[in-house]
Amino acid sequence: MQAAKVVASVVAAVPVSGTTAEIVAFRPPMRPALERIASAARHTVSVVLPPLIVMSITLLVWQLLCSEPGARLPPPTKVVSDAWDFIVHPFYDNGGIDKGAFWQISKSLGRVGIGFSFAAVVGIALGVLVGQSTWAMRGLDPIFQVLRTVPPLAWLPLSLAGFRDSNPSALFVIFITSIWPIIINTSVGVRNIPQDYRNVAAVIRLSWWEVFYKITLPATVPYIFTGLRIGVGLSWLAIVAAEMLIGGVGIGFFIWDAWNSSRISDIIVALVYIGIVGFLLDKLIATVGHFVSHGVSAQ
Amino acid sequence: MNQPYLKFEQIGMSFRRGQMETEVLRDVNLHIDQGEFVSMIGHSGCGKSTLLNILGGLLQSTTGEVFLEGKVVDEPGPDRAIVFQNHSLLPWLTVYGNIAIAVDKVFGGFQGKGKTKAERHDWVMHNLELVQMAQAKDKRPHEVSGGMKQRVGIARALAMQPKVLLMDEPFGALDALTRAHLQDSVMEIHAKLGNTVLMITHDVDEAVLLSDRVVMMTNGPAATIGEILAIELPRPRRRLELATDPEYARCRAAVLEFLYARHRVPARAAA
Repeated sequence: MQAAKVVASVVAAVPVSGTTAEIVAFRPPMRPALERIASAARHTVSVVLPPLIVMSITLLVWQLLCSEPGARLPPPTKVVSDAWDFIVHPFYDNGGIDKGAFWQISKSLGRVGIGFSFAAVVGIALGVLVGQSTWAMRGLDPIFQVLRTVPPLAWLPLSLAGFRDSNPSALFVIFITSIWPIIINTSVGVRNIPQDYRNVAAVIRLSWWEVFYKITLPATVPYIFTGLRIGVGLSWLAIVAAEMLIGGVGIGFFIWDAWNSSRISDIIVALVYIGIVGFLLDKLIATVGHFVSHGVSAQ
Repeated sequence: MNQPYLKFEQIGMSFRRGQMETEVLRDVNLHIDQGEFVSMIGHSGCGKSTLLNILGGLLQSTTGEVFLEGKVVDEPGPDRAIVFQNHSLLPWLTVYGNIAIAVDKVFGGFQGKGKTKAERHDWVMHNLELVQMAQAKDKRPHEVSGGMKQRVGIARALAMQPKVLLMDEPFGALDALTRAHLQDSVMEIHAKLGNTVLMITHDVDEAVLLSDRVVMMTNGPAATIGEILAIELPRPRRRLELATDPEYARCRAAVLEFLYARHRVPARAAA
């Protein structure tokens, strides 16, 4: 690739630069290009190498510890060979709950998506209310501070009693788990809007609605996204636990089901998938936040 | 009508915190004519900013009233646009957007002063050109220097076509060279547009150079106007020529004398 580019630039340079000067013109780009590749490669190596080394050592130690006969957990090689079908056929669907990893994970993600979206909308609204009104803060903040410490699964029996159905209960658990950091961060963000911005809004006489969407929301975006990031992480934690209890399709119940059928290798693969998906969810929200709050946090 | 354009009448201001009541301003009376450039100078804590915020409508005076064209001032509004000390630009908007948000609100819609979209765009650009910032219109505030930010702050205030332009230590946070540039710009704009300006400053040279009158505040608490000095230097004023001008030196000395000889120790009187 790089070589092709360099050649192209030489060809292009010949007719433009005329007689003998093209050699001078074409030399300097060569070296920096090579050097750039070299330094990029060095950078990549320095970033990629440490995690690779650590991972290899971990796998090696695991392999050694679990290789002896009678080991309770399978070594990595056995995990891969046992769960090979599950790994290479993520899209299979044998009906019922016997589905591939892709379907299990997308079902769980769908639940998180719905519950988390509700939490985001309600959480931001409540956060703005609490941030803006001293009375709302005094009234609601103690309740929030107590309720946010309730573990996600403690809500499940109550929501099952209320909804009398497993799916909305799972959604409610996601909602109630992820809403607290969203509320709290949003309200902190609203309270931290510099007085200067409010003064500007007052001088140009923005209406309350214009203040809300032209000043409050943009000024609070970095805080909101901090809350959303924490919230999405928590909801991914909660969904797996909740699904174990409510059953049906979903990566949580898949793990429980695998345990009941002693498919330990499947559990390990599922754990890796859950970790990767959680990581990606976090990165997704962080990226969106970075994009949306462009310039705000730079102050 | 012999009504002054802008009138502070018996302004007093106290802040109450629990049992403590601090009187910041007492009996401030001041008349300002249309087109006049007035500076207000005093040691920190003398209530200059409080007075400016009362005029801006951001604070309500405890006693007394401010009248602008005979009408009582009791809320903030674009007719008293403020240039804030720390520019107060909205960081998520571009330079253009920061002015447009004010222009769209003040001149948009159906309130008397309505302008079409194209007219509003032209007006934003006109004001950016006035402060020589048109080329940076698509930059965000954090991408331009401190002096440029303050230029945008000035343009935003000017774009509201205020009856009085309020400047709260507009150049306080800038280095000396940038400050001089901006002072020259403000003088040019004032000569061109003839705005009425009330500026707060700590800088004696700035006050004398820019103003028609310098209002000197006594020290707080219960600060009031100590003395008003008319600066009768012809305009346009050029800083280089003024450096050796005897009248300039006299005015400067008068302000310095007031600040450092007669009202020297701001904290001691507080007890």
